[in-house]
Amino acid sequence: MAEAAKPRPPVESGVVDVMPFLHPVMKKNYGKWKWHERPRPGVLHHVAESGDEIWTVRAGTQRQMDVHTIRKLCDIADEYAEGYVRFTIRSNIEFLVSDEAKVQPLIEKLEAEGFPVGGTGNSVSMIAHTQGWLHCDIPGTDASGVVKALMDELYEEFIREEMPNRVRITTSCCEINCGGQGDIAINVQHTKPPRINHDLVANVCERPAVVARCPVAAIRPALVNGKPSLEVDEKKCVCCGACFPPCPPMQINDPVHTKLAVWVGGKNSNARSKPTFHKLVAADLPNNPPRWPEVAEVVKKILRAYKEDARDWERMGEWIERIGWPRFFELTGLPFTKYHIDDWRGARASLNASAHLRF
Amino acid sequence: MAKPMHPTPLLDELEKGPWPSFVKGLKRLAQNNDMMVDLLGQLETSYETRLGYWKGGTVGVFGYGGGVIPRFTELLDENGKPKFPEAAEFHTLRVMPPPGWHYDTATLRKFCDIWEQYGSGLIALHGQTGDIMFQGCRTENVQKAFDAINEMGFDLGGAGPALRTGMSCVGPARCEQACYDTHRANRQLINAFLDDMHRPSLPYKFKFKFSGCPNDCMNSIQRSDFAVIGTWRDDIQIDQAEVKNYIASKGRQYVIDNVVNRCPTKAISLRDDDTLEIRNKDCVRCMHCINVMTKALSPGKDRGVTILIGGKRTLKIGDLMGTVIIPFMKLETEEDWQRLEEFAGRVIEFFAENALEHERTGEMIERIGLANFLEGVGVDPDPNMINHPRTNPYVRLDGWAEEAKKWEERKAKAAG
Repeated sequence: MAEAAKPRPPVESGVVDVMPFLHPVMKKNYGKWKWHERPRPGVLHHVAESGDEIWTVRAGTQRQMDVHTIRKLCDIADEYAEGYVRFTIRSNIEFLVSDEAKVQPLIEKLEAEGFPVGGTGNSVSMIAHTQGWLHCDIPGTDASGVVKALMDELYEEFIREEMPNRVRITTSCCEINCGGQGDIAINVQHTKPPRINHDLVANVCERPAVVARCPVAAIRPALVNGKPSLEVDEKKCVCCGACFPPCPPMQINDPVHTKLAVWVGGKNSNARSKPTFHKLVAADLPNNPPRWPEVAEVVKKILRAYKEDARDWERMGEWIERIGWPRFFELTGLPFTKYHIDDWRGARASLNASAHLRF
Repeated sequence: MAKPMHPTPLLDELEKGPWPSFVKGLKRLAQNNDMMVDLLGQLETSYETRLGYWKGGTVGVFGYGGGVIPRFTELLDENGKPKFPEAAEFHTLRVMPPPGWHYDTATLRKFCDIWEQYGSGLIALHGQTGDIMFQGCRTENVQKAFDAINEMGFDLGGAGPALRTGMSCVGPARCEQACYDTHRANRQLINAFLDDMHRPSLPYKFKFKFSGCPNDCMNSIQRSDFAVIGTWRDDIQIDQAEVKNYIASKGRQYVIDNVVNRCPTKAISLRDDDTLEIRNKDCVRCMHCINVMTKALSPGKDRGVTILIGGKRTLKIGDLMGTVIIPFMKLETEEDWQRLEEFAGRVIEFFAENALEHERTGEMIERIGLANFLEGVGVDPDPNMINHPRTNPYVRLDGWAEEAKKWEERKAKAAG
């Protein structure tokens, strides 16, 4: 009898040491950098205490890359840069060179191959995003597609640095919001309670776990058509979709009623003001592939108002803090509704308890 | 041998426009990869119906309980068979990248070769948890792909109720503002608790993120349970000659409007001789003035980290930012690093023992109260942990004298 192949035990190596992956100039000057500047959009220039210099050229990518694209980027890095790259948190690629003379040819090559150079300083950088229909198991919309469509629209703002301060945009394909916070966050917002397939619940879902998952206690066990199932108090339901991951027969996604909402003013940096979460400004936008034009229109409206009205260094939330929300809705032309008024826990902290008013 | 392409009129629209197109990439792969032909078919269906068609399952590699994201198609034909069979299994391997996402091209090329051989050829650099996402693998190839990647010295990242892959900013590799070694911290802490990553057994996910300064380029404060943010205790370093150069190039008005007036605590003055005065006792280390005048100003020399615990996004109780738990910790000597590791261990252990199922660290703290958490992880209260003291009187204060005495003792000890 043939012996079964022995499984290979993993080498639990964990996180690798970074040193072998660093450009030699970065390795040599590790922890000993002195200052930096941005000579042009998409380029950083760092100078070390030793006097050594390094230039970084940043380019946008599509994040979900085929091996041919990655190899092409590697070819560019080998021929025009010095064989070392890094990626940013927003999936931009950075090429590192120790000679200023190499910067311009590298930029020209990247642009010729269709990789926009930019994303630094006061630009609209690449949109941080989730997996969407390509790979997620609970997405209400796509992610790579939304981002591609939007970045086509915002292309000029990526390759330039013309905003008052940096603009960070995120998208998320469900309300769990893996895409994160941003100056502008574009997130799925479910608008109807889940539709329950009662035939499947007992077989698929651990019912107490699903009941426990609901943030407003709207789910309770029920017997439906003689089978153990779950029911939703639709008046209580906030359509968050939290029940769907542990219980797919509670379908929350809907071709019509899964909508998109736009949030603004999120910031994680501590610069000037403390970090903030983004706030709802527009909702009920149709989930409209392949180009989501209604979403793009709202985003551009907000960006236009910010670009025209904000002062140097003001992030979007800081601009709104200065001009006030009434003026924000006036400048953007977006409607203000009762849904903008928070009624979740801690809501009172967001209400105006003063006679500070703006007319 | 390649399967004929399915019509994709909606996805074709995303080949247009100036931004790099992932659809072009998928189509390039589909030229000699049937899995991508069918993946495009399923994705086009999602674009038509506005619904997703993946479900999870259990697929893993030998020895580990997590790190692979299984995906099986739910898009079935009238006979209950997958409508796009070649992409019926489309699993992702999460692989931990080098800290700071630094690469040499040889490594990236090896990744491409492995993924072309065993997977779909589609790689996301990087997912929102920081991993390299090797997307699109049949169950039978998952072990083979992992073995090849593991032989290169790379390991799977976290998924499920487990320690997750860490993220660290560019840090000391290229940034003069990094107040500690973010890459070392990432590697040391993740590797210290690797068992909690490979064999998921925590109440829910636990994330470390490491930013070298309060600019927090890793968004650790909003997106991690354990945010390590670099900072300093002494005075901002000023090069007054460079201040003068900056004023000469930008003008006094610009510096008054954008450096002096934008200081959140009004700690900066511009003197008549074009030098800056900073009242460091008032400085909250926000980074703004340093960001503006990168050549003239830099963080102080007495550097370390602030640790904030409990950040997370929406589910289940809403957004939470991390809360300051350790206002300042030095990270220079081996003993300092050991202290950080021990503290992280106490936090993970307390979380493992006290959080409810599917409850993040921040939600646990909200439920039990910060004071109980501090006691649990052995940290003394500090006014830096709050925006302001409590405003409501509904509290028992009969232990006040004892607690006040502890404060006095700590103060006396700190004063030596």
